[in-house]
Amino acid sequence: MIGEELVQLLTPEGERIAHSDYESTLGSDEIFGLYRDMVIIRRLCNESTSLQRQGQLALWAPIQGQEAAQIGAGRALAPMDFTFPTYREHGIAWCRGVPPKDMLRLFRATSNGGWDPQKYRHSVPTVVLGNQALNAVGYAMGVQRDGAEEAVMAFFGDGASSQGDVLESFVWAASFNTPTVFFCQNNQWGISTPMSIQSKIPLYHRAHGFGFPGIRVDGNDVLAVYEVTKRALESARVGGGPTLIEAYTYRLGAHTTSDDPTRYRIDAEVEVWKHRDPIERVKSLLVREYHVKAAKFDDVTVEADALALELREDVLAMDRPDPITMFDHAYAAPHPLVDEGRREMMELGVSAGAHS
Amino acid sequence: MTTMTMAKALNEGLRRAMEKNKKVLIMGEDVGKLGGVFRITDGLQKDFGEDRVIDAPLAESAIVGTAVGLAIRGYRTVCEIQFDGFVYPAFDQIVSQVAKLHKRSDGVYTMGLVIRIPFQGGIGAIEHHSESPEAYFAQTAGLRVVSCSTPNDAYWMIQQSIEHDDPIIFCEPKSRYWEKGDVDLESPPQGLFEAAVRREGTDVTVIGYGSSVKTMLRAADTAAVEGTSLEIIDARSIAPLDLDTMARSLEKTGRLVVVQEAPHMASIGSEIVAELSERCFYSLRAPGLRVSGYHVPYPPSRIEEEYRPSVDRILDAVDRVMGAES
Repeated sequence: MIGEELVQLLTPEGERIAHSDYESTLGSDEIFGLYRDMVIIRRLCNESTSLQRQGQLALWAPIQGQEAAQIGAGRALAPMDFTFPTYREHGIAWCRGVPPKDMLRLFRATSNGGWDPQKYRHSVPTVVLGNQALNAVGYAMGVQRDGAEEAVMAFFGDGASSQGDVLESFVWAASFNTPTVFFCQNNQWGISTPMSIQSKIPLYHRAHGFGFPGIRVDGNDVLAVYEVTKRALESARVGGGPTLIEAYTYRLGAHTTSDDPTRYRIDAEVEVWKHRDPIERVKSLLVREYHVKAAKFDDVTVEADALALELREDVLAMDRPDPITMFDHAYAAPHPLVDEGRREMMELGVSAGAHS
Repeated sequence: MTTMTMAKALNEGLRRAMEKNKKVLIMGEDVGKLGGVFRITDGLQKDFGEDRVIDAPLAESAIVGTAVGLAIRGYRTVCEIQFDGFVYPAFDQIVSQVAKLHKRSDGVYTMGLVIRIPFQGGIGAIEHHSESPEAYFAQTAGLRVVSCSTPNDAYWMIQQSIEHDDPIIFCEPKSRYWEKGDVDLESPPQGLFEAAVRREGTDVTVIGYGSSVKTMLRAADTAAVEGTSLEIIDARSIAPLDLDTMARSLEKTGRLVVVQEAPHMASIGSEIVAELSERCFYSLRAPGLRVSGYHVPYPPSRIEEEYRPSVDRILDAVDRVMGAES
């Protein structure tokens, strides 16, 4: 199932494995930091699923199984890099410093974005599949014109890899040699659409046809994801051009809380991937190699629980916005139809609390 | 005051905008060495370099999609769509990102970009080169749509569009590219979103934009001979519409004809008639009429003049609004 060209630095059992091109550069504290990130983001994700089930969110897109792909990539980024996410990049958002409650504004249906993208250098979520890949390449063209040493990362999944915009972004990035790292989380399923329908070749092979390097990394191996992403970003920053990273992983949960994966995939497949759990893998390493004590892991669990509780409280306190705010920022400059709508709503006496 | 074609006026306007602001870029197919298929960007790459006048691979969604990213980075890109009928691959980016990112980012992102589209027919082209897609964009909140009808407007409106902080769909009447007119290089004629009364009259208000304006003026000449006085209004801004200027005219004439090359179903003309009927209902002496393209795919160009609003069809509508009270 997993090709031999997969970059892996940790086996599913958490044992180090040598790779001819990559080796882990991280020490125990940094590896423990990645573990902590993954535990926290999984806990926050589980809390969000619960919040949706309790009617507090309109929708949630879980990332269970993809924590290593996102945390490995997210921690490889430098502060000045810029990222273009989909709606499922909660781990990236966490690494960029976006407050968890802001990640949930989209799903609480109180905002179409949720955070200041320039402050965190993490763009607002793109829901239309693949659009953001072109936006990322355009941003990278701006970086080139500014003469800046910054990399730009575009996130998308195996499903969006079939979109014209993603393929056009490959053309643009190659032709203009833009500082773009395309990070494709191949979680095997586009809702119910399996990889076998999306591509007849491994996704990372596609890059070669466009004229830039593609690499497949074990998306459940946080050390490998970190090193592969770090090198691709470094190359991009100094004029090395784009790289496509295919993080080979698996969506353990549903596409979203509106999805029922039992209708299209078998439990046995899910079980296989549960044994490749990205968090257990790095925990094994930390125990075996660095003799990290149980109490230290427990501390992370406690911290994650506290953050989840805080998130819950923040979300429950998140009121529906004042309807009049729908007229804010529709345009940058005054617009007569927006003004007309705002005036009409004010005359009707609509307020934040009143709705039926 | 100097005389030049609309094509040259657009070229000069783009040049001046690029001189004024180093963040202004041009991107499109064949815009560099060739100067664009209509030569609107002629010589600009030579003078401003390949980094600022970018010859794009042939993919419209990417031309607009990368301009979005450039806008986030602080650049102002003028995208050239080669022909109206080729804008649809970019429709997703325009509607989903260009129009919405300012809102989605709570005002943090400025989507200052211009999408130039040579539109309307009248050049004897093959299919997909003569369409009027303006209503698709006018209906999308977050976008603005304008159209020039004279070289002077072309020169100024392109600069005003580039300076504007909202994304603008800039519709150029390609059949008028080579017609000359006076251009005032010193000061703009008016605001970007204001309509212009091109000819004053008393009997019928005739409103249109782009290539239709000249046809309307010809119709006014003929009507004058027959003793009917047409007031000709160039909408200039398609979205938003300058309804105040239009209503002032209609309050005076009481009769309305709107001219457009697009089919009338859910069109700009329909919107003008609806809005003005609401505003000027008690001044109306006849129902507002639309002279439009027919509800068929744009025809083979050997028969396009029977499709496009002509002087005869405009005058026929004028007769109908004039006769409605007799």
